[in-house]
Amino acid sequence: MGDAEDGVGPKRTVFVTVGTTCFDALVRAVDTREVQQELSARGYTDLVIQMGRGTYAPKKSNGEDGSLVVDYFTFSPSIVDYLRSASLVISHAGSGSIFETLRLGKPLIVVVNEDLMDNHQTELAEELAERKHLYCARPQALYKTIADMDVESLLPYVSGDAAPVAKHINRFLGFPDD
Amino acid sequence: MALGSVVAAVTALALLILIRFLYVVLWSGKLLHGKSQKTYSTLVILGSGGHTAEMLNLLSVLQKERFAPRFYVAAATDIMSLQKARVLEDSLVDVAGVSSGETAKYMQIYRSREVGQSYITSVWTTLVATTHALYIMIQLRPEVILCNGPGTCIPLCIIAFLFKVLGIRWSSIFYVESIARVRRLSLSGLLLYKLRVADQFFVQWPQLHRKYPQAVYVGCLM
Repeated sequence: MGDAEDGVGPKRTVFVTVGTTCFDALVRAVDTREVQQELSARGYTDLVIQMGRGTYAPKKSNGEDGSLVVDYFTFSPSIVDYLRSASLVISHAGSGSIFETLRLGKPLIVVVNEDLMDNHQTELAEELAERKHLYCARPQALYKTIADMDVESLLPYVSGDAAPVAKHINRFLGFPDD
Repeated sequence: MALGSVVAAVTALALLILIRFLYVVLWSGKLLHGKSQKTYSTLVILGSGGHTAEMLNLLSVLQKERFAPRFYVAAATDIMSLQKARVLEDSLVDVAGVSSGETAKYMQIYRSREVGQSYITSVWTTLVATTHALYIMIQLRPEVILCNGPGTCIPLCIIAFLFKVLGIRWSSIFYVESIARVRRLSLSGLLLYKLRVADQFFVQWPQLHRKYPQAVYVGCLM
């Protein structure tokens, strides 16, 4: 991170992840000129897309014309490495991706998949957006979210704790507190 | 005459089952005070993805010596969850010097409903999953069940409840609604809540607790 390439400036990568899902609407969205222009305008230099089970392959680019460097892959066992080296994460609304990104303290835009039958995933993203831990967007309006966002205003997420549940279970079974 | 006695016998049996059923419903959710054993054989149902992550998070803070032996069940289509459970169990061996990897069991089960599957076809797949679940439950007869959705846990929990009614095995069922559920319960959660199958039902958001007051609010796990 932060290493200057060709003296142009620091590398600032946007990592897009759809997890194990198929979410072509998001891959298509980040493949549009609007989104890529907004990302460039915001100072991001690279775009890495993890496209999962989707069938839509975005256009690769080596960024010669001054635009974003774009690359993609389907799956990787080391998503966390990509998250770690990213300056911005754009993710599907799965709770695994959301909390993994928040734990690393990375600015996050969650894009809701409107094609799912039981679209409960908006609940978590909207709640965490309301608490200012992340931004929540729809695929069509992603470019607008990128244009309007202020990543400095996002609040760090304090990780939760499973101890209260464990305490209740232990009490229920008659175990002493310790 | 013969018909009369058959009717009487059937009525008596139905009455007995009803009484037992009410007894179980009444006693489910009551603390097991004074009955505390040293260990409880525990069935951990891993629901894939975020569900599994939350469950393993809970497991990492539970006292392992109290919840042993541990049986892990995950959907047949979910290869990651059991691997993650194995990693957790293996890490225990290193710390405590006790080989919990040997007592832990890992099993796969047919799933009643895949993400995106229609509710109509899920009737058939649920039937297949239930039969398989019955086979597994007869083998294991766990005393504690930890689950947090999605559908994989429903057949197992209902069978556990029937085992209680039939006196085969008394178990304590704990359900933690997923952190992804902020305003509405999941289908699995709603079923277990309404049928009172779960002895303790945990929610992670205050909005849900207001809506379902019998649930226990525990804050976010993740």
